[in-house]
Amino acid sequence: MTADLMLIWPELILTIGGLITLMLGTFLGDRNVGLYQLSSLLTLAAAAAAVVALFGVETTVFSGTLSVDSFGGFAKLLIYAASFVCIVIAPRFFNGGMRAEYPTLILFAALGMGIMASSRDLMTLYVGLELNSLAAYVLASFMRTDERSSEAGLKYFVLGALASGMLLYGISLLYGFTGTTDFAGIAKVLGGELNIGLIFGIVFVLAGLGFKISAVPFHMWTPDVYEGAPTPVTTFFASAPKVAAMALMTRVVIDAMGPAVGAWQQIIIFLSLASIILGAVGAIGQKNIKRLLAYSSINNVGFMLVGLAAGTQQGVEGVLTYLLVYMLTTLGAFLVVLQLRDADGNQVESIPALAGLSQRRPGLAAAMAVFLFSLAGIPPLFGFWPKYLVFEAAVNANLVPLAVAGIVASVIGAFYYIAIIKTMYFDDKSDTEFPAGGGAIVEDAVITASALWLSVIGYLFIPVLAILSASAAAVLF
Amino acid sequence: MSGFPILSLMLAVPAIAAILCLFVGDKVSRWVALGATLATFVLGCILWANFDIGGAQWQFTERADLFGRFQYALGIDGMALMLIMLSVFLMPLCILASWDAIKSRVGLYMSMFLIMEVVMIGVFMAQDLLLFYIFFEAGLIPMYFIIGIWGGANRKYAAFKFFLYTLLGSVLMLIAMIAMIAEAGTTDIPTLLNYDFPVQMQTWLWLAFFASLAVKMPMWPVHTWLPDAHVQAPTAGSMILAGVLLKLGAYGFIRFMMPMFPDASAQLMWIVFGLSMIAVVYTSLVALAQSDMKKLIAYSSVAHMAIVTAGLFAFNQQGIEGALIIMLSHGVVSAALFFCVGVIYDRLHTREIDRYGGLAVNMPAYALFFMLFTMASIGLPGTSGFVGEFLSLAGIYEASSWVAFVCTTGIILGAAYMLYLYRRVVFGELTKDDVKAMPDLNAREWTIMVPLAAVALWMGVYPESFLAPMRGDVTTVVARLAPAKPAGDAHLAAGKPKPAAAHGETAHGSSHAGGVQ
Repeated sequence: MTADLMLIWPELILTIGGLITLMLGTFLGDRNVGLYQLSSLLTLAAAAAAVVALFGVETTVFSGTLSVDSFGGFAKLLIYAASFVCIVIAPRFFNGGMRAEYPTLILFAALGMGIMASSRDLMTLYVGLELNSLAAYVLASFMRTDERSSEAGLKYFVLGALASGMLLYGISLLYGFTGTTDFAGIAKVLGGELNIGLIFGIVFVLAGLGFKISAVPFHMWTPDVYEGAPTPVTTFFASAPKVAAMALMTRVVIDAMGPAVGAWQQIIIFLSLASIILGAVGAIGQKNIKRLLAYSSINNVGFMLVGLAAGTQQGVEGVLTYLLVYMLTTLGAFLVVLQLRDADGNQVESIPALAGLSQRRPGLAAAMAVFLFSLAGIPPLFGFWPKYLVFEAAVNANLVPLAVAGIVASVIGAFYYIAIIKTMYFDDKSDTEFPAGGGAIVEDAVITASALWLSVIGYLFIPVLAILSASAAAVLF
Repeated sequence: MSGFPILSLMLAVPAIAAILCLFVGDKVSRWVALGATLATFVLGCILWANFDIGGAQWQFTERADLFGRFQYALGIDGMALMLIMLSVFLMPLCILASWDAIKSRVGLYMSMFLIMEVVMIGVFMAQDLLLFYIFFEAGLIPMYFIIGIWGGANRKYAAFKFFLYTLLGSVLMLIAMIAMIAEAGTTDIPTLLNYDFPVQMQTWLWLAFFASLAVKMPMWPVHTWLPDAHVQAPTAGSMILAGVLLKLGAYGFIRFMMPMFPDASAQLMWIVFGLSMIAVVYTSLVALAQSDMKKLIAYSSVAHMAIVTAGLFAFNQQGIEGALIIMLSHGVVSAALFFCVGVIYDRLHTREIDRYGGLAVNMPAYALFFMLFTMASIGLPGTSGFVGEFLSLAGIYEASSWVAFVCTTGIILGAAYMLYLYRRVVFGELTKDDVKAMPDLNAREWTIMVPLAAVALWMGVYPESFLAPMRGDVTTVVARLAPAKPAGDAHLAAGKPKPAAAHGETAHGSSHAGGVQ
């Protein structure tokens, strides 16, 4: 037991750090923003350090319910990094209305996501998922007085509860027909004859997880929640939980359902193509940049699922690389959105108001153009590389029709990305002024760094990325 | 010279200048761009001077394992050398052509042009399949901005159409490349050139490449983005689009499709011939009916490119060499023609042919240059157009006399629409007052016209300078295609020379005896 505790340092640090942050907020008051922000950031940094220290350890703890491996480590590092950025950017957005619950909730969500990424048992899976979700529901409605924010929280909660229900139903079926909640045990049973109960179980579990990664047809909540939630929270939703849910889905599909390829592959292929196409088509005509980025995230999840559908180690490596690049791009794009304030300091989310942004704020517009071209996967921007990897995995797994359909649909996606670039660069200046300055140095630094990395420089990191993702993916095979 | 990374340097100079242009003011950025493109041109000349004709197939190779899965591998053969020379030659002229015409956001404009240059020469240098694809696609972004920001009234539509059309074609090529890499296990282009793909697979790969390259080329019926893009693009944008970007498609044909999929190329030759024949006749007729000068030249480009594709798929030395010379010649001549349009557009701000007339009276120097380029476009002997068209038609005749017959009508129609254009713009009465007020060429325009004219004549009088570096590479391709080559219908036989007749110097090639003319 004690030995097990030594192996879950990241989780322990997050738990304790989250509680300390909560106490700081409660006893010292919400106005000490610097203090509780610092404690939460230190907690995340310490947890990340613990993950790094545990790199290379491949084992399971607590009777095989939780695994400690480099796959989980890879996902956790991404999750902690995204959470870190989302805490850093918050105080300026809330403009004095920041409360200690914000970093606390993010810490607890990060804890839940870490558990999701390293669970190898249906029970730990569910606990991690709910820990994350409950924190997320509150975060979505964090601006209590704002109608849209409350609406977002409510919608997210109702639909999330529905999805949890479906997931639980699937879990109960899988448990009932296999007699175990352990991934390895389930895989052993699925390797034999499949019966209707098992198939139903697989379908329901995948449906529940599909909700979390917002794959079509379980995506309906995404645009509303992204639009309504406060921008730092949306930034968080678009980055960290995507990583966690995708990692979880990968683990479930490969580890638990691995042998029943025929049963899950069609489902994943459908989710993938539907997400790519609907994510692309739905984005056309959106007038709100946050809604548009929500559709973009649906679209990108579709591409990740292409890699997962391959079901090979190469495919999982592609998914992991994709997650990393996607997370950086999304963080960058939302940070740009966060900087879009008019002369009165109000947030601007309308796309037509961005007209002529390149003349008012050339640097910001250029960074946004890099992010958008990268999301569209146009070389030489680095967003091309993960798309290449997942398509390569699909072709090598003999899924050529999927690859062809996916890549052709990606052209539809390119349409709305370049439409925003058109607005920023080709259109005449709108009435909205975007006064420069007032932005935190950290925000500018993150935007600049990720834009530079996503331009050509990222290619130099391919060998490093390949080693990291290969060692993480190898765990599952 | 060996060991010095001159190719990387040629990529680095414009790349660094592109970043610089974003941060210096409008005035300085013009000079930075001009300096960088001239420096790259000088490097290009050094490259040509040091290129060993008849030496190794791939020269100046550089290789660095920077990207793990694929390599930073550069190297050129004769064909790539000539196309790189074309790019670096046109680039400074493009910068000069936009010297006064571009007034807003000059830094960004120059930066986009320099990125364009990096991308274009990168395409010709790449020796790694993925590196090639990255350069090939990267050209979309700067061109999208160039058309969209500095273009004409309908520029946004044209920019979208250009971007999406070419992207849709290219993505299929990417899937084919993935399949090739999986099959051959390497991304190295020289290795892939000699890899024998299974015949069944070749067909699919060929079709996927064709989808991409036919759009870039552009071939009928996927050429419709070109007139829009040309009409809306600024003058220099049209120059580079017609001059170099259209050559990417043909370069892809000869670099990838023909040597890598010889069997499929032979099987599906009829598609290329069929589309080329339609394009030559149809787009020439369309060009005849245009009232917009840029549109007319754009359609003539499609017709010229159709002769290129037919010449390439003739599968013989003359056909391919001729096609390559047309590519170079069209690169120079069409860029020059677009510049000629730009010159009068800058003065009157319209491209309507009817608005002009009688320019020979008040702009004699302009009329002279325009005449020269018109003749070069038609293919008058002594100009670059003649060499390419004659050689490629000779090659096509050997492969199929019917295709040659139809393609030759393109020359006649070409003469019709170009001369008709020239007559309406330059000859006739000088009646309109605003046209009367137009001054003749200024020093800057002379500086652009003279080199273009000189090269067009050089290529027409002594094409050997341009053919010599490429000959060995064409022979390699022809040898690679030989096993799959179908028999032609011309059955050429050498005539019996009269014993006493002093035969002139034999030019290269051997089709003298065939009665092509």
